[in-house]
Amino acid sequence: MHALALLAASVTVVGAIMVITRRVAVHAVLYLVVTLLALAAVLVMQGASFAAMLEIIIYAGAIMVLFVFVIMMLNLGQTDSTREKEWLRPRAWLGPGILATIVCAELLYCRRPLSGPAPALAPITAHDVGLSLFGRYVLMVELVSFLLLAGLVSAFYIGRNRMGRH
Amino acid sequence: MPAFSFNDTLLLATALFSVGLAGILVRRNMVFMLMSLDIMLNAAALVFVGAGARWHDATGQVMFLLILALAAVETAVGLALIVCLHAHGRPTLDADTGNLLKG
Repeated sequence: MHALALLAASVTVVGAIMVITRRVAVHAVLYLVVTLLALAAVLVMQGASFAAMLEIIIYAGAIMVLFVFVIMMLNLGQTDSTREKEWLRPRAWLGPGILATIVCAELLYCRRPLSGPAPALAPITAHDVGLSLFGRYVLMVELVSFLLLAGLVSAFYIGRNRMGRH
Repeated sequence: MPAFSFNDTLLLATALFSVGLAGILVRRNMVFMLMSLDIMLNAAALVFVGAGARWHDATGQVMFLLILALAAVETAVGLALIVCLHAHGRPTLDADTGNLLKG
């Protein structure tokens, strides 16, 4: 693996670890944005520049803005952190953790590197993705539009219900 | 020689998925659980893109697009639920306090 690829991959994993260990939600959102940008770099290194663009625009742009808006609206208290800390005593997680480590070590020991012909070097462009998306998988696009419509309607309903009661 | 072989991609995706799963299991704050879900979805999408690059097929990126739409819907509905619960006067965002189905 190249040094740049190793760097991007480690930034991704370290950012994800920082996301789940932060106390303040806004700090976690910032680390999640860094994680997504590093993941976009990983995608570029795999020749999927179209997917990397979508990752930056939609994930790091739109969805993270949604998170920031909701965190601003929520005015979070810090009351749950003591319970979480109480749950994280070593007595609680040491046994399952050791067993899960054993199973994971078995998996890593038994894995075989994937062999076969070398992959083609040409990147997959947006042209190929568009041809595939609106050719073979056009039914999938319709189903995803249903899913997005259902999400829109349910989010609107939840918000409207709240305004009606109060 | 590409920068990422498929094995490296699988390892990275496994690490990301494990981190997200640990976040879901450990954190009780619902906002953090949603973020961990997003990390796990990203790991799954990374496997699709890596497989598409390995076998040089555009289907991997098509699946990436679909996962992106799924993640957007899941985040929007989840955050709407969180805002709704918070507006009903719940003082905490602890996921375990919602076990009585009373809103």
